Amino acid sequence: MRSMLAFAVALLLGVAAHAAVPLQASKVSVSEAGQLERDAQIELARQIVMHGSPQGAHSCATCHGEEGQGKTKAAFPHLAGLPAPYLIRQLRHFNQMARDNPSMQAIAHNLSESQIVALAAYFSRLVPPPVMGATVQPPALGEQLALHGSGAVPACVTCHGPGGRGLGGALSAAFPPIAGQPAVYLERQLVAWRNDKRPAGPDGLMGAVGKHLTVEQIRAVSLYFAAQPTLSNVPTAVVRP
Amino acid sequence: MTRPCTLHLSRIAGLAAAIVVLAGCGRPGVPKQETAASRNERAASPHLVVFAPPPLSEIPDDAFGAEVRHGEALFRNTLANAPQYVGNSLTCQSCHLDAGRLAGSAPMWAAWVSYPAYRSKDRRVDTFAARLQGCFRYSMNGKPPPLGSPVLVALEAYSYWMAKGAPTGALLAGARYPVLPRPAQGWNYARGKTVYEQHCALCHSPDGQGLLVDGKPWFPPVWGSRSYNWGAGMARLDLAAGFIKGNMPLGNGGSLTDQQAWDVAYYIDGHERPQDPRYLGSILATREAFHAGPFDTYGRSVDGRLLGAGTGTTGTTTGAHGKRATKPAGT
Repeated sequence: MRSMLAFAVALLLGVAAHAAVPLQASKVSVSEAGQLERDAQIELARQIVMHGSPQGAHSCATCHGEEGQGKTKAAFPHLAGLPAPYLIRQLRHFNQMARDNPSMQAIAHNLSESQIVALAAYFSRLVPPPVMGATVQPPALGEQLALHGSGAVPACVTCHGPGGRGLGGALSAAFPPIAGQPAVYLERQLVAWRNDKRPAGPDGLMGAVGKHLTVEQIRAVSLYFAAQPTLSNVPTAVVRP
Repeated sequence: MTRPCTLHLSRIAGLAAAIVVLAGCGRPGVPKQETAASRNERAASPHLVVFAPPPLSEIPDDAFGAEVRHGEALFRNTLANAPQYVGNSLTCQSCHLDAGRLAGSAPMWAAWVSYPAYRSKDRRVDTFAARLQGCFRYSMNGKPPPLGSPVLVALEAYSYWMAKGAPTGALLAGARYPVLPRPAQGWNYARGKTVYEQHCALCHSPDGQGLLVDGKPWFPPVWGSRSYNWGAGMARLDLAAGFIKGNMPLGNGGSLTDQQAWDVAYYIDGHERPQDPRYLGSILATREAFHAGPFDTYGRSVDGRLLGAGTGTTGTTTGAHGKRATKPAGT
């Protein structure tokens, strides 16, 4: 009952937001119009995060938390502070059934492109949770792989940045932050790449990585990055020299 | 000591097909003067010994081990550990991946047991240390550390330790870079540009200048004033194509076709870079003396530009962001 009410409210607010913007846009400056549009976009996203979409997508907050902080014990990743281009790409992959996760496929199936863009913008602006409880001491093997790689597998930090903070700028869609994500989540992703259940990224890099790592290596490196502080989950500065 | 064969060898398809494990059975009489033909012969040779270097955890905790670790650190962070000898933004492991351990990426364990060797480049028998000096002079566009200097001793110790148990003079599987057959379609600048933009530009930048992360050289520049100079092996198409085929894009080596590897090697080596330190006063004379081979682009006209004028400064030791570095030409 409560959720039905929420849907109704969301629907009304959504319509109101859409109706309001074009009316006002003609009377205000371009920058103000842009701000209004962004505000409307954030409000639209907030409604979906809290209450789900009128088209039937579940609320993001149920699993990823109201602040996008994730749920470590359930292996639900945090979304707060992840780069918008990365989140857009993932939601599109779920929407197109390219990334294998029945729950997220069903949700993304009910999201429009503009809702995807709005949600990505929304979560990318949130501050990631400072500590995502990694209770297990990561084995030395994890650090070895993260910092130096092994054989044909490059060091993870080469593309995911120092501390797993991700690389910013034009690389943010391809090389996202991985620090502080639940170990089980990271492990599942590597297994998914190994089994061709998740698009392998630019040049099939993660597919190759997933297939080269042993089960023991996957576990170790997942524990390592789960233990890295998310406070540093600010994309690393990347500059063209 | 027996160690498992390296798994990643199987990724170097052309080579792997020919690999027969004959541990400890090196073929005598290997020609030391390397030509494309002799490298092809070696690549096709069934008499290859499979060797894997010891894990880093086996570096001993003693004075020798300290020198080995010093060498490993130099390998990974060459500029920080040997600034006086480095003149660009590369490290040893820009070309020798996994800190010189990766088969098919000119690993140091294979190099250690291959010297002294006659090298046509120097027209003399070079020791391993002299070969290392060449890396600094050409690939690092810097200055060769003196023989017996701490930098060379550490790199020698690291290489020797890594080659422990490898038969001297044997043909080791995964030595050097994969040898690619000459491409059916030749090589082509426009095709290479397309490959570069699709598979390389993300990390090496559309203008070839690499990327800095947190202010430090991260993804290396592949041409221009902060890359290897015209005297480097990587400035030769056959070596560059072999390296690229086996190892790029980083993490998914072997995924490009041979043709793509040749084309993109031609595109990359079709750009200007620091002058060959052996420069004889004119591009023509330098080409005749050092770049007359079929795989050289120096002194050739590529995409309407005569290559070989050089860019930036050759042999600088001002490091990655040397003040004397100029804007690279041809970009």
